Amino acid sequence: MKKSKSLLLMIAMVLVIGTALAGCGGNNANKGNNAAATNAAGNEGSTNTGTATGDEKLAADQTLRVNLSAEPPTFDPAQAQDNQAHTVLQTMYEGLTHVNAETGQAEPGIAEKWDVSTDGLVYTFHLRDAQWSNGDPVEAADFVRAWKRVLDPATAPAAPYAYQLYYLKNGEEYNTKKVTDFSQVGVKAVDAKTLEVTLKSPTPYFLGLLSFYTYYPVHKSVEGNAKWAISKDTMIVDGPYTLTEWTTGQSIQVTKNEKYWDAASIKLSKIDFTLVNSGATELLSYKNGELDRAGNPNGEIPSEQLPMVKKELPNEFVSKGIASTYYYEFNITEKPFSNAKIRKALAMAINRQVLIDNVTKGGQLPAFGYVPPGIAGADGEYRTAVKDSYFTEDVEQAKTLLAEGLKEEGLTALPPVELSYNTSENHKKIALAIADMWKNNLGITVNTVNQEWAVFIENRQHQNYQIARAGWVADYNDPMTFMDMWVTGGGNNDTGYANPEYDKLIADAKASSDLAKRQEDFAAAEKMLIQDDMVILPIYYYTNNSLTKEYLKGVTTDFSGAVDFTRAYLLEH
Amino acid sequence: MGMVRYIANKFFYMIVSLFVLISATFFLMKAIPGDPFTSEKAVPPEIKAHLYEQYGLDKPLYHQYFKYLGDIAQGDLGVSMKRLNQDVTHLIGQTFSASLKLGVVAIIVSVIVGVILGMLAALYHRKFIDSAAMVLAVLGIAVPSFVVASLLQYVFAYKFSIFPVSGFKGPMYYFLPVAALSAQPIAFIARLTRSSMLEVLHADYIKTAKAKGLSWMAILSRHVLRNGILPIVTYMGPMTANIVTGSVVIEQIFGIGGIGKQFVEAISVRDYTLIMGITIFYGILLMVARFITDIAYVLVDPRIKLTGGKEG
Repeated sequence: MKKSKSLLLMIAMVLVIGTALAGCGGNNANKGNNAAATNAAGNEGSTNTGTATGDEKLAADQTLRVNLSAEPPTFDPAQAQDNQAHTVLQTMYEGLTHVNAETGQAEPGIAEKWDVSTDGLVYTFHLRDAQWSNGDPVEAADFVRAWKRVLDPATAPAAPYAYQLYYLKNGEEYNTKKVTDFSQVGVKAVDAKTLEVTLKSPTPYFLGLLSFYTYYPVHKSVEGNAKWAISKDTMIVDGPYTLTEWTTGQSIQVTKNEKYWDAASIKLSKIDFTLVNSGATELLSYKNGELDRAGNPNGEIPSEQLPMVKKELPNEFVSKGIASTYYYEFNITEKPFSNAKIRKALAMAINRQVLIDNVTKGGQLPAFGYVPPGIAGADGEYRTAVKDSYFTEDVEQAKTLLAEGLKEEGLTALPPVELSYNTSENHKKIALAIADMWKNNLGITVNTVNQEWAVFIENRQHQNYQIARAGWVADYNDPMTFMDMWVTGGGNNDTGYANPEYDKLIADAKASSDLAKRQEDFAAAEKMLIQDDMVILPIYYYTNNSLTKEYLKGVTTDFSGAVDFTRAYLLEH
Repeated sequence: MGMVRYIANKFFYMIVSLFVLISATFFLMKAIPGDPFTSEKAVPPEIKAHLYEQYGLDKPLYHQYFKYLGDIAQGDLGVSMKRLNQDVTHLIGQTFSASLKLGVVAIIVSVIVGVILGMLAALYHRKFIDSAAMVLAVLGIAVPSFVVASLLQYVFAYKFSIFPVSGFKGPMYYFLPVAALSAQPIAFIARLTRSSMLEVLHADYIKTAKAKGLSWMAILSRHVLRNGILPIVTYMGPMTANIVTGSVVIEQIFGIGGIGKQFVEAISVRDYTLIMGITIFYGILLMVARFITDIAYVLVDPRIKLTGGKEG
């Protein structure tokens, strides 16, 4: 018996060690491949150095290392719907236009030039001689195919962002099966290099929209292959980089695409994305030299570390306002928040600067309107032309308004109020601070309720709340991306706000291509939304807080805070 | 004969437990508010209806349940609802391989270090080494793993730059996560080894061996260690299952694409098929681990007898 027992132990040990060795073996093989790849990249890098101009000397290894705090669920442009996918897709694809981050203007992408009809409805794009990563030419048909996939009700799964293409004539009708013939939809390949697009109504920001991923072209090989976007071997792209590695939950790597039409201005040989969902780890990796850039929008720096980071790394830390607003929304269909005076009282009784200095610590801008700075207006920024002076912080006036509101509602005191937010350290701190301000300034009892993300969204969308946290990021560079949310019955209007006058202003702005007139409409609508009705309670305009190593150049962020790594390069360090 | 019946019995109970597990998870999962298509930027109702139809979510719950059971019976775990077009089996395979590699190393380290610490403590009973080892063990059990992980990261990756902060690309990337992952098992094993060895050291047969004039090394390796290590074998089963199923915290902090992290993400985005797939996979893994432990008990310790169905 003793003998057999030790034999069993022996076998167990052998098995365990064997498995371990097998694991290590596989790993070493991988490592070998990586090493080979790194060498190849090094060579490419050095050829780049040769072509570099000016005093700046490029580093030999042009591999950019950044982090994504969430893994993009898909690389199919038709299915993508999040910012992280945007960051990566933008390195792999190019649409008809791309937006210059500094000017905010649409510049030629795959389309070399375009003509617009005088009524602003028909766009004719002339495509340049661009190639797919397999050498095929990029043709007008590739765009028609891609847009048809997005709108086609038979596409499985249905494209969740199909409505981004509702600007096209009959786009919505085709998607919702009211029109069954795709030739009725406003996109047509006139010839291999000419694409004609007809819109439903004049859309001044349409050229900018074309740089959005839902409008990217797809290669003909995607037809009949549902799984093309999950493997690097079947992803044929037209952008500056191609997908070369994707390990679930761990890393994504893209490598320079020599077939890209503007490959000469691409200096990076590779971009390595790690997939770490921990701000603390990301910051430590950055400080330890494992990342070249950390923080927003693709990653995160823990807010409690921001003051320290600012002091420690002043040359690397950048805080930049982005077109995004943090606010609370009221459920105005139920008492007591059906009363505008009570809503206004709450909005006035918060000290936003104190909140920003002590709680969020990210240099955010106090918000008194809804459209954030950075969004284009008729001439320059909308927010510069239309000031957000819709209300002021004034505790005394807030008390008066509250008293009046309560009287109108036949109440003597406000019953305890429920403020809900989705699970996050930051939202929690903000909610607690604001609840405290309301308690001190107005004597209101506030219960803060923490809810898991999907539960929270579900509750908010079903108006199962009193006050709920919200945030909105611009989809495109126009006040419309913020303002059309609050029309009666709007898909994202969770407040129950229904104001025919407001609806009319938005409808007018939608139908008009006169920029000055549109701006007036938006200003009037925003005044209604905030100053008159206080449907939402603006808190702050977001900032992107990031750290960039001094040797990393050429990373740009646009008005919405979306980051573009494609033209980045690394200096010798 | 007893063995065959025993195994058949166990196997039957495993199937039943698995069925209960699947049913309970399925209905609980559907009871949570939200679904895979819940998003802050509301998807227009027509598109949402279309998605429901394509994934069969528009059907009554019992219909979805039986369809799912039918699919599993054919060994089909389906396609992820959030990670578009990716097979659940592929996702499990890819993420589990990371957790497994890390787990196996952590188990080996835990056993070796734990046993050595425990032995030293027992041999130097009530001396400095004993106290030091036991203080370490108490710390290992008491300090939560995310604290250990962050501390290791700060000290060994940032302050001394010996190891990388995060990632999982080569041997150097194993050290910190393995250390964080094995802190608790090491502590447990050390205490277990110490107490069982102390017991063995005072047993009569050790005295006999000494009296026979056997060398101290021979007594240690042939008698003390072999008997003292028995409790460790029984602890190995649950520990193995626990470690290889992946620690969310460790995987998150060190940026490792493991199955634990994947599971939590799947739940938060309501990726129904992936939640079910990983649950079933975990279920099978745990049951097999327990089954092997049961068999191992019998083989290692002849005092345990096989009686069909009932556990020893």
